[in-house]
Amino acid sequence: MSDLSRRKLIKTGLAATASIAGLGVAARIAQKYGLVPPDHGGIYGLGETLTYASQRLLTRHSLAREFPRSQISKPPLANEIPPLNEAFKRLQAGGFTDWRLSVNGMVDQSASFSLAQLKSYPSRSQITLLACEEGWSYIAEWIGVPLSHVLNVVGIHPQARYIVYFSIDPDWWESIDMADAMHPQTFLAYGMNGNDLPVGNGGPLRLRLPRQLGYKSVKYITHLMVTDSLKGFGKGLGSASPEGGYAWYAGI
Amino acid sequence: MARSGSVQVTLGGVPSSASAVPAMTVSSRHSTLVRVTHWITTLCFFALFVSGVEIVISHPRFYWGETGNVLTTPLFKLPIPSSRALVPTGYGYVLPDQNGWSRYLHFQAAWVAVLTGLLYLISGLFTGHFWKNLLPHKADLSWPRFSIAIANHLRFERPSEAEAWSYNVLQRLTYLFVIFVLFPLVIWTGLAMSPAFVSAVPATVTLLGGQQSARTIHFFVSLSLLLFLLVHVVMVCLAGFRSRMRAMITGRTGRHMERI
Repeated sequence: MSDLSRRKLIKTGLAATASIAGLGVAARIAQKYGLVPPDHGGIYGLGETLTYASQRLLTRHSLAREFPRSQISKPPLANEIPPLNEAFKRLQAGGFTDWRLSVNGMVDQSASFSLAQLKSYPSRSQITLLACEEGWSYIAEWIGVPLSHVLNVVGIHPQARYIVYFSIDPDWWESIDMADAMHPQTFLAYGMNGNDLPVGNGGPLRLRLPRQLGYKSVKYITHLMVTDSLKGFGKGLGSASPEGGYAWYAGI
Repeated sequence: MARSGSVQVTLGGVPSSASAVPAMTVSSRHSTLVRVTHWITTLCFFALFVSGVEIVISHPRFYWGETGNVLTTPLFKLPIPSSRALVPTGYGYVLPDQNGWSRYLHFQAAWVAVLTGLLYLISGLFTGHFWKNLLPHKADLSWPRFSIAIANHLRFERPSEAEAWSYNVLQRLTYLFVIFVLFPLVIWTGLAMSPAFVSAVPATVTLLGGQQSARTIHFFVSLSLLLFLLVHVVMVCLAGFRSRMRAMITGRTGRHMERI
């Protein structure tokens, strides 16, 4: 009996040591291949890391479903938006002709684009579903320039790992990894259903990211920053969402 | 007698040769793996249930098809106030919004539940757990036997001694349904709501008729699991709360079993 329990104890000890060592190695490999989200700390870090890592491996190049024109929701829902600040109202009064998108960070050439410049680039459209984390959804045609096009114009450094994007509302900023940033369906969207993008849906410029929930598709984009680390932004959790209690990665 | 951690058990008063549960060599009523995975799943179930309720009250409306929002006609609404101002519920106030941590907890608990379920499934296939303990005996699947089992349940009859060591036919069928129908379905419909996952495996959502259909089915499957849990707990109480809990916690059952 005592022999048995000693053997059991040794076995259990070995198994525990092996699993801890295995977890350590797994964490190192995950870190190296960019499979660890910035909000991996805390009690929910395990679930978030498992979700992000597995979906990064599974969905790096997959395309969000696109729908026939007949499935476009009429009218497209414009959900509640925070009160827009003075800066926004001034630009709105001028018909958004002075709206600028500045891009800097790890780029060859910092730049600032007007809406007209962005519209002069090859325009793309996608009819995709926007799902809110609350539970509702709608389908719309989004028109814009792929983010990758703008990133190629400014030339990003090879060590770049994330794009941080800011709304004109200073409390509203998000970030995505390069897999999402260079994804062909990630747009700087300025149009919807054949018209300019309405203010209620994020006009004049919204980052559109159909493979993640709606809150990653930040409205009223004015600034992009290319970086290799998210530590210096806010509390270092990757975006405003984890600071407000929501996951950084919203592919679910 | 208890040389290798197992013991020869003869159930009290039941002649072993004539019994449906013959004298058997068992180490415990439930294997360690079954007991551990059972309680991890229980914890996950509570986490998923609480967080699921919090998630659903941010939009207590259900739809069929691909899309649905406050501008479209719902399939049905839950008669509760929402936690978000966007949803008109007629109550004039909103509930506290707990959607953030609820979502974190929901997906973390889902991961633990799925990994635990996989462990249970794989080990169950190897040890023959499903064939030995859960697959109903052919003889029990006849109507007369079936109606006796149902009648006994309806009369709230306390289970026989043999049932402390084995599941009856209704239990077997229910457990098999929960393990092989409800759990896979709740995981499938959950994944069908993930915009990233369905980009890789679109059939996950198209087979269900759309993302909002998936959400609605997810809700009903969760309700079915909740109903199972309630009946399960009631049956445990009727069958003898202490003995059944002891069996699922320590593996030992009743007075017939001596300490090894």
